[in-house]
Amino acid sequence: MSEKKKLSVLVNGILNENPVLRLVLGTCPTLAVTTLATNGIGMGLAATFVLLCSNVVISALRKVIPEQVRIPCYITVIAGFVSIVQMLVKAFVPSLDAALGVYLPLIVVNCIILGRAEMFASKHTVLESALDGIGMGIGFTLTLTVMGSIREILGSGTWLAGLDGLLPFLPEGFALQILPKSVDPFTLMTSAPGGFFVFGVLMAAAAWLTGRKKAPKEERNS
Amino acid sequence: MAVKLASIFFTMILVDNYVLVKFLGICPFLGVSKKLDSAVGMSLAVTFVMVLSTAVTWPIYTMILEPNGLAYLQTIVFILVIAILVQLLENVLKKYIPTLYRALGVYLPLITTNCTILGVTILNLDEGYNFIESIVCAAGAGIGFLVAMVLFSGVRRRVEDAAPPKCFEGLPITLVSAAMVSLSFMGFGGIVEAVFGG
Repeated sequence: MSEKKKLSVLVNGILNENPVLRLVLGTCPTLAVTTLATNGIGMGLAATFVLLCSNVVISALRKVIPEQVRIPCYITVIAGFVSIVQMLVKAFVPSLDAALGVYLPLIVVNCIILGRAEMFASKHTVLESALDGIGMGIGFTLTLTVMGSIREILGSGTWLAGLDGLLPFLPEGFALQILPKSVDPFTLMTSAPGGFFVFGVLMAAAAWLTGRKKAPKEERNS
Repeated sequence: MAVKLASIFFTMILVDNYVLVKFLGICPFLGVSKKLDSAVGMSLAVTFVMVLSTAVTWPIYTMILEPNGLAYLQTIVFILVIAILVQLLENVLKKYIPTLYRALGVYLPLITTNCTILGVTILNLDEGYNFIESIVCAAGAGIGFLVAMVLFSGVRRRVEDAAPPKCFEGLPITLVSAAMVSLSFMGFGGIVEAVFGG
């Protein structure tokens, strides 16, 4: 496989096939945990780890797993890695465990992971699958971070609050004050309706950005 | 006791609605809510599997996993139990109740990867509910899902007639209207405490 193709597999997940904004997979954690940018980063990293490991294992086993029972096999592999992540997070980043709550075990049923196993890892080599896992994971993490940043800055006026849980060298209670304290934050953004709204607007922005590039082609089609 | 059960039930439907407040099961919420009858079919199948899987996973956790120090296997065991239950249910319905199978059948395979099911079984244990409370909570969550789906399929029919800006067409405008529905559900906050005295 040429260097160029490797790079395109990696970059594919970040832009063109961004799992959240373009493929619309994994919407539940996207909406639920992005009240703070830090939670978005944490969730993204946890999912990236599971995605990378499960892609590698499933692609390595792709010739062993019988076609008929592949989905239960994939789910078992994924559930195993999710349990590992759960234990690691609980042990080393307890603040993130408390913030993510039930959404951490729910990575098992995150459609991005099963989707990539079915669509990519079951048909490609181990190396390609690993790159795809990393690319998709980065795309997922970036989207969650952007969405978390928007909701946190508008809804609480701070940015990256609680990052000291992920990076222990930061002072306790770390947070960057973006909006001045005299401005009342728009708290609706951190609650449920704000999540749907920001997600809708971001998706429209992604459609607008990619649509602009493709506009001449679409005209010809119609 | 009855008051507490009723309070759990209505909290799950109105205040802690799984779809609109807790963001579980967004995929079927966006995917199957286009038509009213498919929305109802999916929600009934979800409610059924939710109650059934809670009835099975609760005893497994409290009687087998927890006493033997295997609580860390929760995620793996639960997802496998749910997957097996869905498969079993599909076969049983196909054989004995074909009419119900025709109504719910197509939605059943999708349910395994529906996060509401795994979510409700895990949250019930996190909340420390006993067996009956867990069942009531699961039923409430299912009915809440039904309410959200039915309400939203109505909203969606109106949205489809509207002409949003080009980049908002399709899912983005659907999500923005979901924000409005979710906003209206925020109005229920506190109503259950007021009626049942918390």
